[in-house]
Amino acid sequence: MRVSARHATLLLFLAAFAALPLLLPSSFHLRVATLVWIQALAAVGLNLLMGLAGQVSLGHAGFFGIGAYAVALGPRHLGLDPLLSALAGLVLSGLLALLVGRPILRLRGHYLAVATLGLGILVWLVLNSEVALTGGPDGIQVPRLVLFGWRVAGAETWYWITGAVLLLGVWLALNLEDSPLGRALRALHDSEVAARVAGIDVARSKLVVFVMAAIYAALAGSLLGLFNRFVTPQVADFLHSIELVTMVVIGGMGSTLGAIVGAAILTVLPQALTVFHDYEHAVLGLMIILFMIFLRQGIVPGLAALLPRRAVA
Amino acid sequence: MQRRQLIGGLAGAALLALATPSLAQAPIRIGSVLSVTGPASFLGDPEARTLRLYIERINQAGGVLGRRLELVLYDDGGDANRARTFATRLVEDDRVIAVVGGTTTGTSLAMIPVFEEAKIPFISLAGGIEIIEPVKPFTFKTPHTDKMACEKIFTDLRKRGLTRVGLISGTGGFGASMRNQCLRVAGDFGVQIVADERYGPGDTDMTPQLTRIRNVPGGVQAVINADFGQGPAIVTRNFAQLNMGVPLYQSHGVASRSFIELAGAAAEGVRLPAAALLVAEQLADNDPQKRVVMEYKQTFESTQNQPVSTFGGHAYDGLMILVEAIKRANSTDGTKIRDAIRATRGFIGTGGVVNMSATDHMGLDLSAFRMIEIRGGTWTLVD
Repeated sequence: MRVSARHATLLLFLAAFAALPLLLPSSFHLRVATLVWIQALAAVGLNLLMGLAGQVSLGHAGFFGIGAYAVALGPRHLGLDPLLSALAGLVLSGLLALLVGRPILRLRGHYLAVATLGLGILVWLVLNSEVALTGGPDGIQVPRLVLFGWRVAGAETWYWITGAVLLLGVWLALNLEDSPLGRALRALHDSEVAARVAGIDVARSKLVVFVMAAIYAALAGSLLGLFNRFVTPQVADFLHSIELVTMVVIGGMGSTLGAIVGAAILTVLPQALTVFHDYEHAVLGLMIILFMIFLRQGIVPGLAALLPRRAVA
Repeated sequence: MQRRQLIGGLAGAALLALATPSLAQAPIRIGSVLSVTGPASFLGDPEARTLRLYIERINQAGGVLGRRLELVLYDDGGDANRARTFATRLVEDDRVIAVVGGTTTGTSLAMIPVFEEAKIPFISLAGGIEIIEPVKPFTFKTPHTDKMACEKIFTDLRKRGLTRVGLISGTGGFGASMRNQCLRVAGDFGVQIVADERYGPGDTDMTPQLTRIRNVPGGVQAVINADFGQGPAIVTRNFAQLNMGVPLYQSHGVASRSFIELAGAAAEGVRLPAAALLVAEQLADNDPQKRVVMEYKQTFESTQNQPVSTFGGHAYDGLMILVEAIKRANSTDGTKIRDAIRATRGFIGTGGVVNMSATDHMGLDLSAFRMIEIRGGTWTLVD
């Protein structure tokens, strides 16, 4: 049987997913792994938009924030179940993406980047300044998730839950890449004019993938909120948007496995670099620069190109 | 020759190890998560410097319980999510016995559940009253709350016979929280808040809000500004430009030199409640805090080459309360240290005299705040 890139990605991820709890000594490490899965989920979604369709979003943390605050505000102000609140967050964030995506996806390049940037900052502003509603800059507590009478707690439990959700997300993303929509997106990535000539509804394709990416981010946000049981407006701030973009770029644009690797690097490195004390930020920056110089296409595609052609493509 | 030196060195080291066997024991690990970088770095940086400085000094003086102290310090960059991750790391990986840290209310609140679950004493360095109210078994804090700032200002107003007050506050976390507290306790002091204006974090002109305060029917007798950072400096300048003709009160959030520099001549006559550290030299010689604040000020300024700030003072208080509690508990057991911290009585720190109890995990009263007036471009103690 030919091992396609799709199968290889899924298999690699599954192997890592199952093996990690055996290798990690403490629940702190499991916590970091859980954070990797959560960030990776947002990055995988963003990779659909950036890597596949070639559209830049600098405001993705805004959708992340909507998901995170949904699980905090739903139970508090509306008395909703956390799970239902998370669902409401997904719907809200999808609708917002649909609404604003219609006009702003007609923009290209820098203009699209600036428009999404504005969107992200708007969300952050609302979360930060509507103190009565959101608790303001000091953040807000999230109630514990209870599933059918089972109180979800502990790093290991969350490790499996977030990992399973990511697995689902990865599977969907890989299927999308090989679907007619995925091919349409790749086509419009190369040339919108050529795609339109070939009969692709460019505006609609872009909108669909934008909404999907928003929902991925919101789901990741909800998971983070439920896992941490505390959210602050920082989940939606500009820096987090940039972090998500960096994850996709560093891992390799267009590679789903790359998005996961990028998320892992940006989440684990700050933990590993604490040995450098005051210089950790400088070292982190230096490593990112080195990755970009020596693996210009991103880590996963860059390394794959070094392997013999028959292996992972 | 070289070998002999080596042997001599080894023998010396061995002797030293024999002479102080206790220091060879495993060190006592104290954890800290501070916002050394990011938007709150002007708070977190002096805190980190203070902790490093004093842990070294304590070790030079022989450590605690005959053991060295080891500081495990992480920088959360002001991010609550990262703070929580580091909190788990301190508990699970570094196995610290207590934690001094949490620069902002947000990061502190995010970390509290981790330490409460692990039964590790946590002394927060953030101002928010929700950290200790309701009381959580293992959570303490050293800085004054904004409620106390309101009470101190109102006490001063009452002394001057002023009752009609205009309030102008920033919408940021600090300003919003202090506004709520001031509105809540005003009645207890017979003070009437007749105007309640707000401004955003990026605003560069507060003339409209101040004009509205001035035009309140019946007039105001004083104005209180609740905020920190740039905002209060702009309010102070606008206040002087409008020639309001009533006293202006700021909060402890402006208790740094940069406020006087930003507000310039307009700062003249502004009053604010602040810790004794700010006016260390002016304290009476029989003031119980005099010795402690002078010592901290001199130690910090001579080693760090920068002016002392009250934020570093909070870290000093937190560390010293913890170290004394470990000595009294004569143990590194979390619950025993907690009980000892709770039993802290008459501890004199830079923030005031601390008397903890089972229902008060901060232990400061209004006497911890001094009323300070800006005269001739510097802090002057008026009360």
